Amino acid sequence: MITLGFVYVLAGLAFAAFAALGLADRGNPRRFGNAAFWGLLALSMLAGDRLGDFGNGLLVLALVAIAGTGQIGRAPGGEVPPEVQAERAARHGPFLLLVALIIPAVALAGTFLFKWVPGLADPKQATLISLAFGVLIALGVGMARLRPPALLPLQQGRRLLDAVGWAAILPQMLASLGAVFALAGVGEVVGDLIGTTIPEGSQFGATLAFGLGMALFTMVMGNAFAAFPVMLAAVGMPLLIKQYGGDPAVVAAIGMLAGFCGTLMTPMAANFNLVPAALLELKNPYGVIRVQVGTALPLLAVNILFIWLFAF
Amino acid sequence: MLVLIGILIIIAGFLLRFNPLLVIMASALATGLAAGLDIAAIVAAFGKAFNDTRYVSIVWIVLPVIGLLEAYGLQQHARSLIDRMKGATLGRLLASYLLLRQAMAAVGLTSVAGHCQTVRPLVAPMAEAAAEAKNDALGDHQREEVKAFAAATDNVGLFFGEDIFLAIGSILLMKGVLEGYGYQIEPLHFSLWAIPTAIAAFLIHGFRLRRLERRMQKREAGA
Repeated sequence: MITLGFVYVLAGLAFAAFAALGLADRGNPRRFGNAAFWGLLALSMLAGDRLGDFGNGLLVLALVAIAGTGQIGRAPGGEVPPEVQAERAARHGPFLLLVALIIPAVALAGTFLFKWVPGLADPKQATLISLAFGVLIALGVGMARLRPPALLPLQQGRRLLDAVGWAAILPQMLASLGAVFALAGVGEVVGDLIGTTIPEGSQFGATLAFGLGMALFTMVMGNAFAAFPVMLAAVGMPLLIKQYGGDPAVVAAIGMLAGFCGTLMTPMAANFNLVPAALLELKNPYGVIRVQVGTALPLLAVNILFIWLFAF
Repeated sequence: MLVLIGILIIIAGFLLRFNPLLVIMASALATGLAAGLDIAAIVAAFGKAFNDTRYVSIVWIVLPVIGLLEAYGLQQHARSLIDRMKGATLGRLLASYLLLRQAMAAVGLTSVAGHCQTVRPLVAPMAEAAAEAKNDALGDHQREEVKAFAAATDNVGLFFGEDIFLAIGSILLMKGVLEGYGYQIEPLHFSLWAIPTAIAAFLIHGFRLRRLERRMQKREAGA
């Protein structure tokens, strides 16, 4: 049976290739830093389960040391000139679009296939495994028809990854920080604090505190999943559900969505907010958050109103 | 109370624009020490969590394919498609993507699209082309805003579609937490209550996309 382990091996090999190509790139004044950074990430993907917890911790410290002391850079240029791209696009355009759509199409088909035919792949990870197959198939089809130099996909992929830089591991780092917060009991302390701010006997006040608390705590943790159990224990369960008799399904479902409004407004949700800014090469790293606030705030108000209307 | 020091470090670190990786590590160490853990235990806890969440970083394996396709002109092709479609305005294009993303997420297909897979190679260049079609002097700031809205539309579509799906992690989490309090609730109930917000998200963000489209045109009239 195919598991996530297969995808980790694939990712490890890709990062190892990025590291090796980075080392050979004399145009990058920080090539040793880049090679070490992507090399350590390759090691984590390939052998993380054998390093032990403390070993993995040391690996993270090394990654942070490399990035934190500014040892990661990128060589200028490297992209194919726009005129060449335009000329190639005129020739290959529809085919390129087809290959681009192979990845989502295979991810979609694989997700259903692996769920219906048990034993092929781990059904819990069906989409991620299918995504990896989509990448391999798209690469195979693209290489067969376009016949580029053998290393071109890896070189161009490395160029894109170097543009993102250390932000590539920011989401994983923040998820790990969340685990340390949980271990230290940060959630309970914040929940108690918010619980003490609610005016006595006000149903709307409690609803407001619950919705705002979900959004604010999600902004701090970068993740509504971490905020939900805390806010439910501090406000949702004792006040909204027990004292005012609110419908638990409404309180939970819409409360979670109020938390998602917080996700749109925080740099802590790096994979949604900071990584795309780097990937799209925006000048302002907070550019995506800036445009999302205008959607998140009214939607948060709507969610709080929905809890108040539908739960009681 | 002392464990909240980690949150303060994060907020201060992000505001002062220190390297976020250093800020995260400092926050983890301070939080762990405040909770009475020794340094080795904090490093091990962080390392274990880092290893357990590796799946977060595997999306980067898409980049070689995107790099190959972009070298052969995928972005240019995506733009030319928009140029040929007369009705494809910026607002309509992004609103259609929003609806598609919400619908796919609602049936559990969350990783099918995304910033690497679809926004960078297709949606962002198409949005730029749609804005340029109405305004041949699109400024750098406007271009940034259009690209940022392409990414934002992906996020809004994902967040406010996925909770309609029965087997998504957040629904299982809600079910599990409420069970801990003695409430047995079918996942379907959570899913249904996600629908009003999904509609509201489409209306609010869709309205903002229309205003974005107007704003991108107006400066041309004034220029």
